[in-house]
Amino acid sequence: MNNDITVVQTLGVVVLGMGTVFAVLVLLWALIIAESKILEAMENNKKAAKAPTTATPAPSAPVAKPAPTAKGSCGGVMLHDVPDRTAAMIMAIVADELKTPLNELRFISIKEVK
Amino acid sequence: MEFIGNIFSNLATQTGFYALFANGGVSALKTIIMIVVACVLLYMGIVKKFEPLLLVGIAFGMLLTNLPGSGIYNPELWYAGSGMNINFGHVLHEGGFLDILYLGVKLGVYPSLIFMGVGAMTDFGPLMSNPKSLLLGAAAQFGVYAALLGAVCMGFDGNVAASIGIIGGADGPTAIWLTSKLAPNYLGAIAIAAYSYMALIPLIQPFFMVRLVPKKERQIKMEQLRTVSQTEKIIFPIMVTIVCCFILPSVAALLGCLMLGNLWANCGVCDRLSDTVQNALMNIITIFLGISVGATATADQFLKAETLMIIVLGLAAFCFATIGGLLVGRVMCAVTGGKINPLIGSAGVSAVPMAARVSQVQGQKDNPTNFLLMHAMGPNVAGVIGSAVAAGFLLATFG
Repeated sequence: MNNDITVVQTLGVVVLGMGTVFAVLVLLWALIIAESKILEAMENNKKAAKAPTTATPAPSAPVAKPAPTAKGSCGGVMLHDVPDRTAAMIMAIVADELKTPLNELRFISIKEVK
Repeated sequence: MEFIGNIFSNLATQTGFYALFANGGVSALKTIIMIVVACVLLYMGIVKKFEPLLLVGIAFGMLLTNLPGSGIYNPELWYAGSGMNINFGHVLHEGGFLDILYLGVKLGVYPSLIFMGVGAMTDFGPLMSNPKSLLLGAAAQFGVYAALLGAVCMGFDGNVAASIGIIGGADGPTAIWLTSKLAPNYLGAIAIAAYSYMALIPLIQPFFMVRLVPKKERQIKMEQLRTVSQTEKIIFPIMVTIVCCFILPSVAALLGCLMLGNLWANCGVCDRLSDTVQNALMNIITIFLGISVGATATADQFLKAETLMIIVLGLAAFCFATIGGLLVGRVMCAVTGGKINPLIGSAGVSAVPMAARVSQVQGQKDNPTNFLLMHAMGPNVAGVIGSAVAAGFLLATFG
């Protein structure tokens, strides 16, 4: 391509360039979703194959269904007399002290000791 | 006695002071200005902590190359005649210390090796658990193309304009990689602009975050991310390399090294190599890269009106990149019914992890119980891939 480029030609490059970036990243998006679906299906197949070999458990008393949690969540944290804001600060401080990302920690409950 | 006099005379003519004034007052003044600029950059790196690991090396390289009579960097070896027909044998034979180090920049070796370390240190998990953040990484590349258009409007030719535009990718190694191939004469100015603005991200981005995103949207809490399996993390770099390099083969060295580093870190059987590229190799290449890029900032190459224009266009590139990310973030917020906090859009400008930290800090200012860091890491690492793709496109177009 000639190095001396007009503004109109540059506009063409801008449109094509942004289009290419979006096209490649949207393609990656689709591939990531496909990858996760395929792996999930393989995991489910493995579990299904293992299931018949295990003994059927004896019928037990119905268990209360746990409350639904956010996708990927480790569950909710029980707060006893602790406002949300304070709980968030405590969790952040613990994560900082342990040098561990917050999403790798599981908090069961936070209770104010009076 | 005459013999002693000759020794003194020889010594005197070999000093830097003699060389400083040998080419006239204007040349001396330019050299002194460059030494002052180098010292200012050293101050910014050491005292203000502006990307010190690279800026200190770049500034010192600039200082060394402008010391009169040192001969450790010889621009005439690189820019004589056509830039594409360098006589590397001549460089090895006649070159100084910094000419030899500069070979790694010119051949695109250092930026690729730096990317290997970056890949090993990067966790693509947040991106894989929320792949729609790839759109934010793509949107933030708007800064690259806006600056390209601005540079052409200001009279730069295509190669230089593309190199100026890539400053908006907010990715130092990518900017150096592309500029060393398209516009090596401007490498010093572009590298300094790129790293300086990266350090200024905490000052640049909040200005647009507050003005472009309403407070209600800035307070949105996002859902916790799903856990990404080890197998997914191993397949991801292989998949990205194949897809991206089939579409844009020109980016194979840069993106391939990024993904190889990431594969080493995640495959679980190459821990020693992962550790080496993250630490020892990364540090060694940072030393070479910083000094040799700084060396290209000679008075003749740097003290030009174009340098000021590059500084202005670089700032515009960062601003438009931030605006692009935030606006697409707002669109995604509206489309998903308020599940996405638009503040994570600005993290799409790459600059890992500083841009993600800015999203986190701004998000907590508006809602102290909000933790956006992991959500912002998705667009942040998507921005690294996006800027590499943009660089590959520009090289394929102008190279």
